[in-house]
Amino acid sequence: MTAPLDVDSSATTATPEAVLRGQKAKSIEGRSLGQIAWMRLKRDKVALGGFVVIVVLILMAVLAPVLVKLFGHPPDEFHQDLIDPTFQVPKGKFGGISSSYLLGIEPGNGRDVFSRIVYGARISLLVAFLATFVSVGIGTVLGVTAGFFGGWIDGLISRVMDILLAFPLLLFAIGLGAVLQSGNGLLGLSGTSLSVAVLVFIIGFFNWPYIGRIVRGQTLSLREKEFVDAARSLGATNAHILFKQLLPNLVAPVLVYSTLIIPSNILFEAALSFLGVGVRPPTPSWGSMLSDAVATYSIDPTFMVVPGTALFITVLAFNLLGDGLRDALDPKAGR
Amino acid sequence: MSRSHLLRAGTVVAALALGAAACGGGSSGSKAPKTTGVAAAYNAAVNGVVNASSKKGGTLNYVAASDFDSLDPARTYYAYSWNFQRIYQRTLMMFQTKPGAEGAQVTSDLATAPGVVTNSGKTVTYKLRDGITFEDGTAITSADIKYALERSFAEDVINGGPGATYLKPVLVGGTAYKGPYKDKAGLASIKTPDTKTISFDLVKPFSDFDYLMALPISTPVPQKKDTGARYQFHPVASGPYKIDTYQPNKLLKLVRNDKWNAASDPNRKALPDQIILTEGLQSDDMDARLLNGSADLEIEGTGVQPTAVSKILTNPELKKAADDPSTGFTRYISIQEKVAPFDNIHCRKAVQYAADKVALQFARGGPIAGGDFAGQMMPPTLPAYKQFDAYPSGPDHKGDLTKAKDELKLCGKPSGFTTKIATTNKGKGPKVAVALQQGLARVGIKADIIQVDSSTYYSGFIGVPDNVHKRGLGLAVAGWGPDFPTEYGFFESIVDGRAIKQQGNSNYSEFNDPTVNSLIDQAQATSDVAKRNDLWNQIDHKVMDGADYLPFVADKALDYRAPRLSNVYITGAFGMYDYVNIGIA
Repeated sequence: MTAPLDVDSSATTATPEAVLRGQKAKSIEGRSLGQIAWMRLKRDKVALGGFVVIVVLILMAVLAPVLVKLFGHPPDEFHQDLIDPTFQVPKGKFGGISSSYLLGIEPGNGRDVFSRIVYGARISLLVAFLATFVSVGIGTVLGVTAGFFGGWIDGLISRVMDILLAFPLLLFAIGLGAVLQSGNGLLGLSGTSLSVAVLVFIIGFFNWPYIGRIVRGQTLSLREKEFVDAARSLGATNAHILFKQLLPNLVAPVLVYSTLIIPSNILFEAALSFLGVGVRPPTPSWGSMLSDAVATYSIDPTFMVVPGTALFITVLAFNLLGDGLRDALDPKAGR
Repeated sequence: MSRSHLLRAGTVVAALALGAAACGGGSSGSKAPKTTGVAAAYNAAVNGVVNASSKKGGTLNYVAASDFDSLDPARTYYAYSWNFQRIYQRTLMMFQTKPGAEGAQVTSDLATAPGVVTNSGKTVTYKLRDGITFEDGTAITSADIKYALERSFAEDVINGGPGATYLKPVLVGGTAYKGPYKDKAGLASIKTPDTKTISFDLVKPFSDFDYLMALPISTPVPQKKDTGARYQFHPVASGPYKIDTYQPNKLLKLVRNDKWNAASDPNRKALPDQIILTEGLQSDDMDARLLNGSADLEIEGTGVQPTAVSKILTNPELKKAADDPSTGFTRYISIQEKVAPFDNIHCRKAVQYAADKVALQFARGGPIAGGDFAGQMMPPTLPAYKQFDAYPSGPDHKGDLTKAKDELKLCGKPSGFTTKIATTNKGKGPKVAVALQQGLARVGIKADIIQVDSSTYYSGFIGVPDNVHKRGLGLAVAGWGPDFPTEYGFFESIVDGRAIKQQGNSNYSEFNDPTVNSLIDQAQATSDVAKRNDLWNQIDHKVMDGADYLPFVADKALDYRAPRLSNVYITGAFGMYDYVNIGIA
């Protein structure tokens, strides 16, 4: 029965360390990159503010039917009795804002602006998130592939990226959007879901080269790092190096870039809707509301200010969060 | 279709009128009593001459959002361009320079009198006036007019205008003729026995021929100055003004043509010394210039923007200088009878009753900027107009839902059905579509909106029957105005079933009623005006009975005329101010 003794003896030698650990565990425990970033982010009040606004917006979009039931009217319901027939603007002051129409009513047809803003948030956020997902997905995969394998693969992918970056995106999107949307339905989609799918495709597919280039550049520098050499000399497969060694190191730049392209995607969707190739009516969208407001901006400025403000707040919130994330995730950042 | 845009041509003459000699136009400018001026007031220029005067001098400042489609008289198809060309170009016939309905009648311009019809309606002859010249002083001969008309046939070079559409089926040998560039011999059916006579051999009698000769296509063109497709950059003037400067999409400056002989031209007063048209301006900018006096007129005649509407209507001084004329356009929803379930007339009638006309009118801009409720296709500007409402949409015009549901039951779809609404993707089209959609939803008709770019919507989308069937476009947002202000000019392209085309069709619903077709022929063959008007009324009713057309607004536009202008009035020919005789008071 020697074994227990051995254990005992080793246990005794370990005691002081254990005690020590018990006392100051918190200060010594190693923190992951994520934890450090979260701590830094928590200290950044501005970024946190942006985060809170985004959460509220997402809740608003998800709970749109409930909110509209409580505080508004169905978004497509006309209220022409509230419109001045001669001037075609809401009868009350400030675009017809009242206790039952919190953000006023739309000139010409009297739809509830509050309801349309709330439902419009759904389209804006859905399109922006899905499009970002698409471009980040394609961009990361192709960027890593190009950077890691190099050679003709890199050449091919890089040229494709150059070609896509040289596309006059807005013009192309207007044309493509118009063609796809006038169709009889596509891949079993029709109506609003078709509009959303088309927008996601256009915005997502043509924006991936931006993130692709960033990922490719990062991969190029990472693959020369010592830990990759080490893994390779130990016989690691390409797949292992790609997924276990490189990808985790790419999470930070990809995440930061994602939060920064979401707002630009929101604006792009608004621009397309403004130009008449976004979601099809009567589905509300902030961009098409702005477009409708142009005709009456000087006699009913409220109708332009409201969707404009919604767009402004949303884009600002995403940008602030993105900036905060970048600072928090960058080990070299000053803070 | 936007109003500033083409007066949709259509193939009016594709299956031509058999009508005999009934000339729609007044015969000369002298039969009406001398128009006396009226004081400036709201709508005063609709039926009267505001600030009548013969004072010469000064510079007129006109503004426009975009450039003319072309200054080539054979290629232009915008209504305001046709109106504007009358300032400096002369044609064989022209619309009378008189307010209101009289302005929609033709009188002779280069010709001494309206066409003399012989050979049982198949020959029309005009004599030219003395003293008519081009801007370089050379005399205008009948050969110049013949050459100008022949240019219209050269569709590969001279495209865009109405000439080929109207002239080809009317003139003998017209369909085979390729224009003067390819066929130097010319078109034999246009005869010029001497320099002062021009006569036309027609395939069939055509009662509106004088109207055809009042279109810009009969503007004389000197053959040696013709530069083909580039002629539009400096067309040779024949009227009291000539082009001094033309910078496309920027500026057009007209100055006096000192070779013009006033004695040869009883219709034009030629008051201002020069006319400057500034192009390429934003709509709101134009309105602002108009209201602060730095611009005199917006020549596109599409009315001012909502901002200016509210300024004008709330300020009595501004309102005095505004008019709200009918433009002659009918805004309607086309219901396609070849697309199920609209092959059943009761389903079409259900849509007629279910539509919310207030919502539709508001989508067009309300009663002032949009127009009056319409219950029939014929616009109130035409002589035969007699008001009726084929499908009364309740006392408040918001739709008769009870009747709509009854019709749905008769159609075998008591709980409604699904369909599609085609529209343009800009301007008022989408708003009209949404207004229609919510009206129909009240009786269970669920309509999906299909938006198409404005540039291809009419010609390539709803104007192609195969496309309409394939995509199941049951409903389409549309508008229609006459090419020339006669009932025939309005109805032929949209209701004559024999004129349906597989490309560039204007009868979107493919309305084809043999009774209506034969009534059109009868009307064109009737010379008695009262009887003919009665026939057109019957046609108007028959068309509505078919329920293919859902008219909702008889178009109006709120226009503003600068108070300093003299001789301002709305001409019934175009539903906008007559640009020929405006001066500065």
